[in-house]
Amino acid sequence: MYKITRSPWVMHYDGSSCNGCDIEVLACLTPVYDAERFGIINTGDPLQADILLITGGINTQNAPVVKQLYDQMADPKVVVAVGVCACTGGVFKDCYNILGGADQVIPVDVYVPGCAARPQAIIDGIVKGIGVFQERLEKMEKGESLTDNKKAEETAESEDK
Amino acid sequence: MISGKLISAICYVLFAPLIGGLIDGIGRKISARMQRRVGPPLLQPFYDLGKLLHKDPVHVAPSQNFFMMSYLFFIVMTGGMMFLGMDILMCMFVLSTAVMFLYFAAVVTGSHYSAIGASRELLQMVAYEPCVLLTCVAFYLVRGSFETAEIIKGDVSPIVYLPGVFVAFIFILTIKMRKSPFDISTSHHPNQEIVKGITSEIGSRNFGIYTLAEWYETVFLLGMVALFIINSNPWSILAAVVVIALVYFLEILIDNTSARVKSDVMIKVSWAVTLVAAGFNILVLIFFLG
Ligand code: SF4
Repeated sequence: MYKITRSPWVMHYDGSSCNGCDIEVLACLTPVYDAERFGIINTGDPLQADILLITGGINTQNAPVVKQLYDQMADPKVVVAVGVCACTGGVFKDCYNILGGADQVIPVDVYVPGCAARPQAIIDGIVKGIGVFQERLEKMEKGESLTDNKKAEETAESEDK
Repeated sequence: MISGKLISAICYVLFAPLIGGLIDGIGRKISARMQRRVGPPLLQPFYDLGKLLHKDPVHVAPSQNFFMMSYLFFIVMTGGMMFLGMDILMCMFVLSTAVMFLYFAAVVTGSHYSAIGASRELLQMVAYEPCVLLTCVAFYLVRGSFETAEIIKGDVSPIVYLPGVFVAFIFILTIKMRKSPFDISTSHHPNQEIVKGITSEIGSRNFGIYTLAEWYETVFLLGMVALFIINSNPWSILAAVVVIALVYFLEILIDNTSARVKSDVMIKVSWAVTLVAAGFNILVLIFFLG
């Protein structure tokens, strides 16, 4: 079995965040936290990314964008929601245009709470995500279906309708 | 003698990815240290490649697979021909052909970002090609042959005659390796203005092939640097390794200390350096040798 865990490439998407969490995501890459130690690279390209980091809530405008980014990523893939906004909608939850957390449009695997989430927590979340990632790869190599996540099926169904 | 050449070519095909990946890993480590980071493990590039090859193969257009395989094939052929002791001018033409396949792999996707990256790749070619040709000509003037097997045979290293050409070649090496400030077609670092440029629409597995081709290319290009140093004395090979290490360190230093320039600046500067350093060197050479 191939160990895929050493090279998680992350793509960061900023939903409707206040930029607090985005700064913290970037802080992970600075010399202080140096996420590259674990092979974590912040790539801007969905086709080559393994982990989708979402900060900020989902609103009516960015929902299709997030969905498309997720669809463009190759399996196995993992979604990490960073900050309470991405988890639930956070302080913006009741705004007229906010749909809620990232799990409103795509299946989220790891929730990193915090306002703003601390860099340590973000790296921890990514490392948790790597575990999910390895599981998915093993499933994929055995030929099992990856869409065990009910959410994914639900969203797919609702789109069919 | 023929078998010796064949062995070196086979060694290139087999071991260039190992050496290229290791060089990449060392480069990333040194970069990290320059930025006061710990940096990834030395074998990180191999982990990355392994992962890329294990992901679900996605392609934007089916022909991409063919173009990327051809790209890899022609890059391997370029280096193979050089280590076989064949015509260096021919190697460079094959290398240009390889780049053409990469260009097509990017433009068949219809994505704006990769199309811009692809056209910038052509601009990069425009920037470095004159110097590459002049380098080949300079080797011919010194050794009377385009064949690498003959070039490495003289008593004195070619660099003694060709210091200007060497400087110009090192300059365009930065363009060829797509390192900052000339990483305009694609970048090793993320989030540039055209996403990942020419490699934007290249899916995981094809990106693995691209990485592999890049390692072959690195070894080929550093082999070109070695041609400047190697002579009939076996110790010159050691000297060549030292020079390669210095050149690579310099490339990383430049990569870490400079910001990306615009393409027109790149063409102007690289042509100027080519004309002044390599052109002047060759004129002097013709004057004294001819
Ligand atoms: S969780 Fe807090 S810091 Fe993060 S985007 Fe939301 S409001 Fe900003």
